[in-house]
Amino acid sequence: MAMQDLIIEYIKDEYLEEDDEVGLDTPLISSGIVDSFSMVSLKTFLENKYGISIPDEKAAPEAFDTVRKIIDLVHEFNPDAE
Amino acid sequence: MAYSEKVRSTYKELIDGIRNDGLFKEERYIHSEQGVEIKVEFPAGSKPRDVLNFCANNYLGLSSHPEVIKAAHEGLDMRGYGMSSVRFICGTQDIHRELEEKLTAFLETEDTVLFASCMDANAGMFEAILTAEDVMIADRLVHASVVDGMRLCPAKHDTFKHSNMEHLEKKLQEHQDARYRMIITDGVFSMDGDMAKLDVICDLADKYDAMVMVDDSHATGFIGKQGKGTHEHCGVLGRIDAITTTLGKALGGASGGCVSGRAELVEMCRQRARPYLFSNTVAPVVVAAANKVMDIITATTERRDKLEESTKYWRAGLESAGFDLKESQTPIVPIMLYNAKLAQDMARDLFDEGVYVIGFFFPVVAKGQARIRTQISAAHEKEHLDKALEAFTKIGAKYDILGKSKDDIVAKYGL
Repeated sequence: MAMQDLIIEYIKDEYLEEDDEVGLDTPLISSGIVDSFSMVSLKTFLENKYGISIPDEKAAPEAFDTVRKIIDLVHEFNPDAE
Repeated sequence: MAYSEKVRSTYKELIDGIRNDGLFKEERYIHSEQGVEIKVEFPAGSKPRDVLNFCANNYLGLSSHPEVIKAAHEGLDMRGYGMSSVRFICGTQDIHRELEEKLTAFLETEDTVLFASCMDANAGMFEAILTAEDVMIADRLVHASVVDGMRLCPAKHDTFKHSNMEHLEKKLQEHQDARYRMIITDGVFSMDGDMAKLDVICDLADKYDAMVMVDDSHATGFIGKQGKGTHEHCGVLGRIDAITTTLGKALGGASGGCVSGRAELVEMCRQRARPYLFSNTVAPVVVAAANKVMDIITATTERRDKLEESTKYWRAGLESAGFDLKESQTPIVPIMLYNAKLAQDMARDLFDEGVYVIGFFFPVVAKGQARIRTQISAAHEKEHLDKALEAFTKIGAKYDILGKSKDDIVAKYGL
């Protein structure tokens, strides 16, 4: 599964209720869908899935605000991740 | 560095931003003791007016109870005003230990330690008992003080969807490699008034070898047939490893909180919890009054029984008027309005009608979940409830939301 689909699937499963939808540019944290306190499981998921370690200074809520930004963040630490 | 004009303007801009975002909190000056009938100056500078209070955590109506006030006077006379010390130097009186023992007996735990507030109890407890080898798994709607306490603790943290037991179970399975697991939840959630499924949580804790921690601040004194709290209501007395709760709500409403639970966990809080070690003891006057509160609620369930009846009456009245209510079995009764401005406008109009309530909206509650939260007290008499129902009905009709579904209200006012 492509990274985009995988991340969207994780977010839907982890944070959303059944009928909620999320796209590439849906605001997640600034819209209140994901609160910054709960964001840690997303960070752990990305780290385990893509073999990266995201330092705290890079793990600001803004960096996780959309699926597009999350993909950019993963690529910053693993340019080959797909 | 001097407090330069640049520094000043930085903070002025931040404050302006808070105001522009509609998040500026204003205090309302109360010119009377806490109770149902209060005198409120709002806006500041206006003549204080008589209103009915429906937004206090004064669940048992003990904040200004004559017996509690008398006990406070006696405590002041017998044990003085302040202790000028933390607990472990020279800040523990006989009445502090007496209160801890009464709380232990009431909550049916092994031991209790007092803190200056439940915020302090939550801020200090996790760090005192968990290490980086452990994991804390919290309901996503736990109180902010629990979140802060978890952030201060080196243990890993994770969260589960609000009251979603399948999700909790999945998280417990994921974290089986940690040394210890602790499930963390509020007993009653303050914004929705719903209760944690502590029976299921305790069963999952047994199955996956986890401890259970509950912040029962919105439950102690009145939830459960004897008012012991959510653990009594759910039939899990003796199965909760750590309960934090407050003296600042139903139990007299002054200040103070505690950790009550397994003897070793409580002892670790005495030895290691920084808010216990580095902040002043709870004042003797508060402790003396709280001891009386414990005597009152142990002797009779009259007040919590009345609260339960009044809550039913209040919910039934609002429902028959046509308001959209959150499901709850507690004295926290949220009236759903979904739109932030509507919640604020209605709260303002209700104040003009002599009913003091507050509108809550994002970020205090999720976006599109704005509401007016009403809270019932054992001090509310039927005539108070009837007068408030009349005011609510009048204002509900003004905004044309009576009998309307969520979709209707959202269509009319937006999210």
